[in-house]
Amino acid sequence: MPDLGLNVLLKGKNFSRLLGGLGVSLEISLISVAISIPLGIVLGILMTWKNPISRAITRCYLEFVRIMPQMVLLFIVYFGTTRAFGWNLSGELSSVIVFSVWGTAEMGDLVRGAVISIPAHQYESAEALGLTKVQTYRYIVLPQTVRRLIPLSINLITRMIKTTSLILMIGVVEVMKVAQQIIEANRMNSPNAAFGVYLTVFVLYFVACWPISLLAKYLEKRWR
Amino acid sequence: MNWQFIENYLPLYQKAAVLTVRIGFMGIAAAILIGLVCTIVQYYKVPFLRTVVSVYIEVSRNTPLLIQLFFIYYGLPKVGIRTDADVCGVAGLAFLGGSYMAEAFRSGIEAVPNSQEESAYSLGLSKVQTMRYVVLPQAFAISVPAFMANVIFLLKETSVFSAISLMDLMFTAKDLIGLYYKTTESLFLLVVFYLLILLPVSILGSFLERRLRYAGFGT
Repeated sequence: MPDLGLNVLLKGKNFSRLLGGLGVSLEISLISVAISIPLGIVLGILMTWKNPISRAITRCYLEFVRIMPQMVLLFIVYFGTTRAFGWNLSGELSSVIVFSVWGTAEMGDLVRGAVISIPAHQYESAEALGLTKVQTYRYIVLPQTVRRLIPLSINLITRMIKTTSLILMIGVVEVMKVAQQIIEANRMNSPNAAFGVYLTVFVLYFVACWPISLLAKYLEKRWR
Repeated sequence: MNWQFIENYLPLYQKAAVLTVRIGFMGIAAAILIGLVCTIVQYYKVPFLRTVVSVYIEVSRNTPLLIQLFFIYYGLPKVGIRTDADVCGVAGLAFLGGSYMAEAFRSGIEAVPNSQEESAYSLGLSKVQTMRYVVLPQAFAISVPAFMANVIFLLKETSVFSAISLMDLMFTAKDLIGLYYKTTESLFLLVVFYLLILLPVSILGSFLERRLRYAGFGT
């Protein structure tokens, strides 16, 4: 049995470094989710308004962000805007910006779907009872949509975690970068480490995402 | 914006776009096959294989493509499974896409009411005939929106191929930024080419969705 690099991980602080790298990815995804859920709710409600201008703007935003690969968005923000406007963005900050923008679009679309699934008579009855627009949303629409939305937004978290693996490409030191460093550092004494280390990263991502998707599935089933 | 630069490097992007589309569609075709097989296994509840399929679906849906590709491209050669970048790209996309396609097909089949199947049996149709003439046509129509969403998702995911040094659009843009520092032009071309690839698919998707809703499916 050749050495496949699993013992490299047990050496020194390698494994805890790997977990630290995973922590960076998780932190960026959770911050982005935390930003994109409230913004997405606002966007989703804006998208259901009949106003043609707000409709056109939100539609363009949604279509562009959803059709572009997230990697392209990362490059635009990290390389493009820094060059065009001359400011300085760290990799972490640009990834939070990109994933918030993307997450807002995804969340907005989910919210829109949930809001339009509420029958028109609910709005009409609220209006007939003299509720203002804000009150209608606060007391009638939101409580009904939240239940539908919670499993979907939990799913968004796993998608966010999976998508943040891309930040490797703009030089953020996350789990994959740490894995590469560990493999490089042990190139001489353990040339086959790539297998074990990358397998571990693979498993780590699975361990991070699987419970969350199970929870989402469970809630979806339960609240149907 | 330097148009001369754009003109000079347009052919490079065209080549990269062809590669992106080629690998993308090969991967998607393989993903459809895997998805179909998984769906059939799950639908007929084939013992043992069924467990394999559900483990596969969970694993592939809960890990990012980038990590899967790294494992296939850099990890597997260490145990003697060597693939070149093209094959690895297709394999990665198929591995990821298979589970998404399986979910799309499964939700389509599940949406066909049981009574349809029972009626078909009571009319004397065999199992295969029921599948072929009753369940599949309806399931197919229902799963088209999810299917198109997956196609777009998988085409978008091809952007990570640059990580295993496939000369796709992303790789080309990164290369040009590194070589000439023409960030704006390179990124502009990148966006234009991705729009050229993805917009038609997206428009086709919403067209199909509207048609099917009109026909009374998938509302």
